[in-house]
This record gives sequence, structure tokens and C-alpha cells, in this order.
Amino acid sequence: MARLHEHQGKALLKQLKIPIPQGGPAKSSQEAKRIALEIGKPVVIKAQIWSTGRASLGGICFADSPELAENLAEELLESGVEGFLVNTVLVEERVAIEREFFASIIIDDQSKSPVIIFSSHGGTGIEEIAKEQPQAVQQHIIDIQLGLRDFEARDMVRRTGIQGKLQLSIGAILVKLYQCARKFDARSVEINPLALTSEGKLVAVDCRITIDDYAVYRQPELDIEVAREFDRPPSELERIAWEIEKNDYRGTFYFIQMEDGFSKGEGMIGFHGAGGGGSMMSMDAVMARGYKIANFVDTSGNPPASKVYRAAKIILAQSGIDGYFASGSGVASQEQFHSARGLVKAFMEEPLRVPAVIRLGGNAEDRAIVILERAQSFVPAKIEGYGKDDSPDFCAERLESLINTHKPSNSDASSFIHTEAITPYTFPTVTNGKVTFDHAACSTCETKICIETCVPGILKLENEVPVLNISEDEAAKGKCIECLACEIECWFDGNRGGRIELPIPGLEEYQAK
Amino acid sequence: MAILIDSSKRVLVQGITGREGRARARLMKEYGSQVVAGVTPGKGGQDVDGVPVFDTVQEAVETVGDLDISVLFIPAPLVKNAALEAYASGVKLLVIIPDRVPIYDVLEIAEAAKESDARFIGPNTLGVLSPGKAVVGMIGGRAASAKSWFFPGPVGITSRSGGITSSMAYYLAQEGIGATTLVHVGGDAVVGTPHPDVLKLFEKDPETRAIVMFGEIGGSQEEQVADLIENGEVTKPVIAFIGGKAAKSGTRFSHAGAIIEGSRGTYDGKVKRLKEVDAVVVDAFGDLPRMTKLTLEKHGIKL
Repeated sequence: MARLHEHQGKALLKQLKIPIPQGGPAKSSQEAKRIALEIGKPVVIKAQIWSTGRASLGGICFADSPELAENLAEELLESGVEGFLVNTVLVEERVAIEREFFASIIIDDQSKSPVIIFSSHGGTGIEEIAKEQPQAVQQHIIDIQLGLRDFEARDMVRRTGIQGKLQLSIGAILVKLYQCARKFDARSVEINPLALTSEGKLVAVDCRITIDDYAVYRQPELDIEVAREFDRPPSELERIAWEIEKNDYRGTFYFIQMEDGFSKGEGMIGFHGAGGGGSMMSMDAVMARGYKIANFVDTSGNPPASKVYRAAKIILAQSGIDGYFASGSGVASQEQFHSARGLVKAFMEEPLRVPAVIRLGGNAEDRAIVILERAQSFVPAKIEGYGKDDSPDFCAERLESLINTHKPSNSDASSFIHTEAITPYTFPTVTNGKVTFDHAACSTCETKICIETCVPGILKLENEVPVLNISEDEAAKGKCIECLACEIECWFDGNRGGRIELPIPGLEEYQAK
Repeated sequence: MAILIDSSKRVLVQGITGREGRARARLMKEYGSQVVAGVTPGKGGQDVDGVPVFDTVQEAVETVGDLDISVLFIPAPLVKNAALEAYASGVKLLVIIPDRVPIYDVLEIAEAAKESDARFIGPNTLGVLSPGKAVVGMIGGRAASAKSWFFPGPVGITSRSGGITSSMAYYLAQEGIGATTLVHVGGDAVVGTPHPDVLKLFEKDPETRAIVMFGEIGGSQEEQVADLIENGEVTKPVIAFIGGKAAKSGTRFSHAGAIIEGSRGTYDGKVKRLKEVDAVVVDAFGDLPRMTKLTLEKHGIKL
């Protein structure tokens, strides 16, 4: 779930007219001072980080003057909080709190409905309050068609023992809170505390909102960079990976870095899973051998070879890994030679210098394993391919054995290099890729292997060289599924005239660093 | 018998002219499913592998007659409307393949299902397969693979992971254990027919004699299954594996999630609850076939 910072969440509450403290976000100490001046009252300065217990970490400070606000903001922005970088602080009026409440909306899988929770006691320790004083914490299942109705909200508040005008005004805020959740496709919304000030006003003093990753496309104004729950800002590789995921709807691609700043010899494994359940078991198998998982990747749901290729390139960009482990459920419905082609393109380009154990059980696994075996002579490190009758534990054992015994040859250069095309014939692909046939090479090719192995069958021979049998436009719109056969199979069996360039924006710059 | 799908069910494919829809329609037919119609708005009148394509579900129903199941191969943003359309035309079971369907859309579909006394599997599901009978969705991939991997038998299989659905059935088959039906309930936080609902269906199916379940951390499906066993709604033996032991914790939605779920959602909580009600919980996935066989023998169930 894409988590919003407190100030972003408050901006959404404000749109629904839920009162928030006066103030705003600042990215510099000068800006913080300006906001404090504008407020003209004692202020609180809150580091905008994704962490609970910010106060105890020193992420929340108080200032009675704009000058002090400036100094404190500078300190937070410069030194961060407990290892968290702080690039924004929230400067707000200091609220004199008389009483604290708690209000939240989440999605409940059992009732398949949004559920609203209100507690007449807010602040810290809300979970304990729920256990000790159950009557203080009320829940209500919201009808998705009707929304939260005013009388339902008021009745919840009544059941906690709150009466009179306060009952009405809290009820009204709860109704707006649900409207906010619905409007912005929130997976969860929480105001804690919802404060009653000494002037008798209700104010949302702190809030946490997470947005449904799957609905980010229809919430462009939220400007969510990476629709995924992180307890930290996304890393550079995660940003690069997200751009690929976001722009390619075919199959799933998920990349998350678990470790950073490691080097060779620390036992970090580049992990490439397929499907959630199988990935979990495969990671368990690797960890059971004492290795650590550098990253988690999932390419599943019948992804094109190009997506698997890009995932593999990003995994390999982690230069400190000691091995590459790819393993899914073991009995995949998708045809596994697509994944195999994606992997070997990445492996041969790099070239692969750490052992790789690839478990590609499922449909067409034999073809997949043959592709892996044929790539072996073009990479310095060992590749082993396995199928559905080889368990994750066995494959992890193989990886361990290879890491311990196998020393890749020192040849650094990739032998997978295409000579420059003399008579290029090119067409674009759906992910800004480019397929090129060097017709000079193709004309003397004996196998014309590209024609029969092209999965969508969009190539034909014309004057003994391959050309599209559909329009260039159709190819670019996705008829060319980037199966990579015209490059990989041609490299193995043809005259090496076919190649495909698949850009990964930002990856080269990352590796240059 | 089997649950949800067999060769007597008349299947509609929504999104039949797309990349996946076209390929899967053919594979479903090859396996034995009765694919009688397809729908893609604006492409009515076409034909995909002998299956007539209609503009709307209503047109399909008016032309080919009532439809039992619709399987959706369409982009996630369009799923809600397609699902509501199918319900409006009287389809009682939807199989929603795509992932990334917005959660509020899923909640709306769930509400519509309730109102029409209908059901859906998914979203984010590989589908349902009854060995030797029919498949809806993409379990098994090629029909030839699916035919060689799975065969009929006494075990009902239900899984929260797509790949594991096939794996479990395959590894059980290697041990000589066949299945009535394989159900991938779907990988999302909210799914139409979670484990407890699937188990109730298996309980009613006379051919299903035992149930093998792949659970995962997060949510409360497995705990609900334990509740069903405890109160006697599920009496058939249940053999379970819970994935995600090594993961740090289940997905938690802050305080509110903890208030609603309590200890539910964790690996330990799920295993403990299931063991309390005498379900067989295996620690290693590789032990599942052997433990299933032992359990079947213990209950005098023939393979």
C-alpha cells in the first residue's frame, strides 16, 4: 500500500473539510520560519518520516518563536531522525488538547466491507484500551452502496458514551472520514488523536493514510511515486523497477530491495521468484542454507520474456550478490521458455559472473532448460536449470555447492555481442524497445530460425530475409510480444542477425555510479 | 461430482478477443469446458475459434441461452463494470482472473454478488479446474499438460497461491492422490470465495473425502476455517500448509487492523488455531503428499 506522509494525508482531510491544525510542510528551515511567522503562535515541528513513535525518536519538537522553529527545522532536515532522512517537516500551530479520540477506516476481508472504528479514548495505547474497555471502542460495517450515514455515525459515537453537541460534531467528522477514504481509494485511514481543543474545537492532530496500490492510476493528483508500501523512501533501483512495472501491464513484476550496501562474500543472493506462494518457499529454502536475500522479485502471471529480462538486469545491477536464485511454484501454468529467454539475454549481456540456479518447472520446462544450457557457453559463471520434480530445497543446495566450489572464469568481456548491422531492418516494440534484423546476415542464414520460433508469428520471409507480416504500427502496439526468440534462438541457431534492444531507463546511470 | 466447474457448465469468456482471452478460450475448450460464448464490447459478430463473440452479456444470453459461469480476461480497471454486467444478466458464478483490481471495486462486486445470490472467485486467480472434466481460467496452462498433471480422486484442493495450486495437485498426483477440484481462491486481500467458503462447498460434495489447503500469512481465512471445523460445519479431514513462516509479519493495517484481527493473520496464530481443531498442519511443503496419504489411510479413504 502506498503510504502517505502526515502532511499529504492532512491535505486530503482538509479537502473533505475535516479540521486540521493551521500550518504546512516545509522543505527548508527558511520555509519553516516563514510558516511559523504566519501562524504567529507557538508551533510544533514534525519530521515527515514513515515511522511510529516519532516523538520518542526526537522527530517532534516544539518552538515558541519563529527563530527557534527555524533552528529546529534545520537540525531535523540536516541530521534526520534515527537513520531516517528527513526532507520535509510539518510546521503547525501547537494545539492545546483537552481530550483525545481515535477514528479509523479499514477494509475487512471477512465482511468484504469497509469498517469504521471509533474510540472515545485516543492517543497512544489504543489497542490496550480496546481490550480493557471494549465499550469505548465501537465498530460499524459500512454498506458500500449506501456509504456511512449520519445516523449510523452518531449512533456509534453515542454507544461510546459521548453525548450532546460533541456527539453531533464527531459524527459529522466520521461521515467525512469515510467520504475521504472512498474518494481517494484509501486502504486505511486513521486519525489519532482526533483532539478536542481547550476552545472546544475538533482537530485531526495526526493522521495516517494508505492508498490502494491498484487504484493509484485513478488518483493522479496524489502524485504517488511508487505505489507500494515502504517503511523508507524507495531506493534508486526500486524506482527504476517501478517505471517498468507501471508501464507494462502484461504479467506481474515486483521488485523490492531487502539489503543495501553489501559486497561480495557476505552471502547475499539475488532472488527471482515467480508467484507469491512458491517464492516464499523458495526464499525459505535459500535462507535455510544461511544465505540472505538481497532483493525480492516476482515475475509471474504469464509475463513476456522482456519483463523477465528487465527484472534480471535489475537484480544483476546489485553488484555484491554471490549467487542468483530463480524459483517459483514449480508447476507453472505459463510456458517457461519465455522466462528462460529473458534470463539468458540478461545473463549473456552482463555476462553473469555469479552462479545461477534456475528452477523453471511447469509448462514447456524442457525447452526452458535447454535454453539455459545453451547459454552456458556464453557466460563465465555456471548456470543450472531445474524443473518441477526438483524441490526448492534441492535447488538451494545446488546453489550453495556452486558458490562454494565453482570459480567463474576471469574473462570479463561478454561474448554475446552483435556486430553492427550492415543492412538493418528495424521495428519498434510496445515497451520502447527496438527489434533489428541485419538483413546482410539474414540473407545467408540457413535456418531462418526466427520465422518458426517467433511466438506471435508476425514474421515472414521476403527475398530470403525476415520482415513483418503485419504493419509496423501493429507490432508497436503489442502484436510483437517481445518473446525474444528472434534474438536468442537466432544467436544459438541462426546467423546472429536478429537482436532486440530493451531500454531500462536509469539503469546505466545507476551502474555508472 | 466436483465443485464449481464441470463439463456440464456453460461458460462465457468476457474479453475473449484479447491476448489472454483468445488463448485461454481455446485451452479451456481443449480441456473439456463448454465455452459457448464470448463478449467484447464493439466486437460483436466476430468468432474466436468457433466461439461466437457478442457486444454485451445480455446479447450472449439472448442468443445462446443461459450461462452458468463467466470468466473475465479484461484489464483491471474495467473489471467492475464487466462483473456487474454479468450479474445483471443472471450469471451466477464469475471467475475474475486479472490482478490489480481496485479494492473498492471488489467490494462493490461483492455487494452485487450478494444481492443476486451469486458468487465470484478471485480477483487475481488462476481459476478452477476439476480434473478430467473442465477448467475455467488458466490452471495447468496447456490442455495437454493439465491432462498429464492432474487426475480425478478424493481430495479437494484450495490455495491462496496460484502456482501452488498446480504444484500441490501435481505433487499429490505423483503420490497417487487425485483431486475432485482445484480452486485458486485468489491472491488479493479481499476475494469473493475465500477458503472457508470453498471448504463449505467441498463439505457438501460427496466425492470430496478430504481437503488440502495452502494458506498464507495475513487476513483471517485460515482461522475462519478452524472455526468451521470447530463448530462442525466442516467434518472432512483437512491437511494444511501455511506459507510465509519466514516473513517478518502479516500485513497489518495499523491499530485498527490489530483491533479487528487480534492475533489473527500471523503464521503462529494460524497454525495454532488449525492444530487446536485437529487439522493436520505440515511444516514442510515437501511433506504434504506423504501426510495427505497417511491422513487418507487413517480415515479409510481409498485413492
